[in-house]
Amino acid sequence: MLELFCRFRPMVSDKSKTRLYWFLAGMRGLFSLPSLILMTSFVGFSAFALESGIPRSEAVFMTFIVWALPAKMILIGMMTGGASLAACFLAVTLSSVRMMPMVASIVPEMRSKGTPVWLLLLLSHFIAITAWVFASQNIHQVPRPARVAYFAGFGMTLALVNTLIVFLSYGAVSAFPPLVAGVLFFLTPVYFIASIWATARHSVVRIAFVVGIVGGPLFALIEPEFDILYVGIGGGTLAYLFDRYVVRRKRLAAAGEGKA
Amino acid sequence: MQELWPYVFIAVAGWLATDFWRWLGVLAGNRLREDSEAFYWVRSVATALVMAVTAKLVVFPTGALEASPLWMRLGAAGLGFAAFLVSGQRVAVGVGVSLVLLAAGLFAIGQWRPAPPLGRVAITKPGGSSRHWRPARPDLPFCRNAASAGCFRAGE
Repeated sequence: MLELFCRFRPMVSDKSKTRLYWFLAGMRGLFSLPSLILMTSFVGFSAFALESGIPRSEAVFMTFIVWALPAKMILIGMMTGGASLAACFLAVTLSSVRMMPMVASIVPEMRSKGTPVWLLLLLSHFIAITAWVFASQNIHQVPRPARVAYFAGFGMTLALVNTLIVFLSYGAVSAFPPLVAGVLFFLTPVYFIASIWATARHSVVRIAFVVGIVGGPLFALIEPEFDILYVGIGGGTLAYLFDRYVVRRKRLAAAGEGKA
Repeated sequence: MQELWPYVFIAVAGWLATDFWRWLGVLAGNRLREDSEAFYWVRSVATALVMAVTAKLVVFPTGALEASPLWMRLGAAGLGFAAFLVSGQRVAVGVGVSLVLLAAGLFAIGQWRPAPPLGRVAITKPGGSSRHWRPARPDLPFCRNAASAGCFRAGE
């Protein structure tokens, strides 16, 4: 991979070829570990959709148009729970707040001076956990003018391939033995657990990680209708305050002692 | 119109609700500083939300895992996470260990088919919602929600 990047770098003179090259390089990201896990997760998702009574056409439509896997899980959970449109909208909206900082932290790395805003708005649709993890790990290796093309190649391919996977595997998964179906279902949460912890670059993320993991099931028993919102806003705020006034203060104090 | 309703529903509650934040993210891109307190707070809320959803997938799974014992799922996820930490945070190790443990556990207890859905905790209050997306079976009082296996009449 790295030799390829180096070999093609001198070709910057021909802009269209370079962009096409980087678009294709982004497409090759389909064979990275996070992409492969995501694809398996989407096989699991199609099984989840089937068991929730969501028809194939709706599951396929949802895969491409929503794209974020947790948002789809919440949407299906609320839909089958009989929630109203307003309640679903609120729950998905609040669960997708994380999209904003995710996109906001990638955009400054991705754009160059001439990048039109409409293109960034369009491409932002393809940002979800996996694409964000992949982009934050790889995009800095790409020359800046080609980064938009690189991300477009990766993000659009990943979304289209997974939409196809949901279309093809819907129904096929119910034929899997329960052992395989169970393991596939389990892949999504264990992948999120490991990858979100691994990409946490600030202590507040790890504190919120612990709060969410403990609070989620706990509040599901206490207040099942709005558990996710309570844990997110309440738990997230507590985690933030704890990080700001306990963890970071201690770290500052320790740094101060070190200096003295 | 009746047939299009689910798509309108998904477009409004799914697409608009997620892309709205993505668009705001683009617009905020340069304005929201990555080291600002507001950014940390938003990030904390977001992480707690995602992890709450994730933990619920382990603790209250639907479908094939619904009948598996809780300790097995918690053990597989927990030991997998421990292996992930010990291996220097390799995602593949964490995921691999969790899946192998779960598969071995399911195999050991001979769980090749889901047990009948009985005696589960009612998570969604029955009748507490305004409109049922698809009718749940009234003869199964312990359906966690309409998504639970066995809550649908055949062919629906």
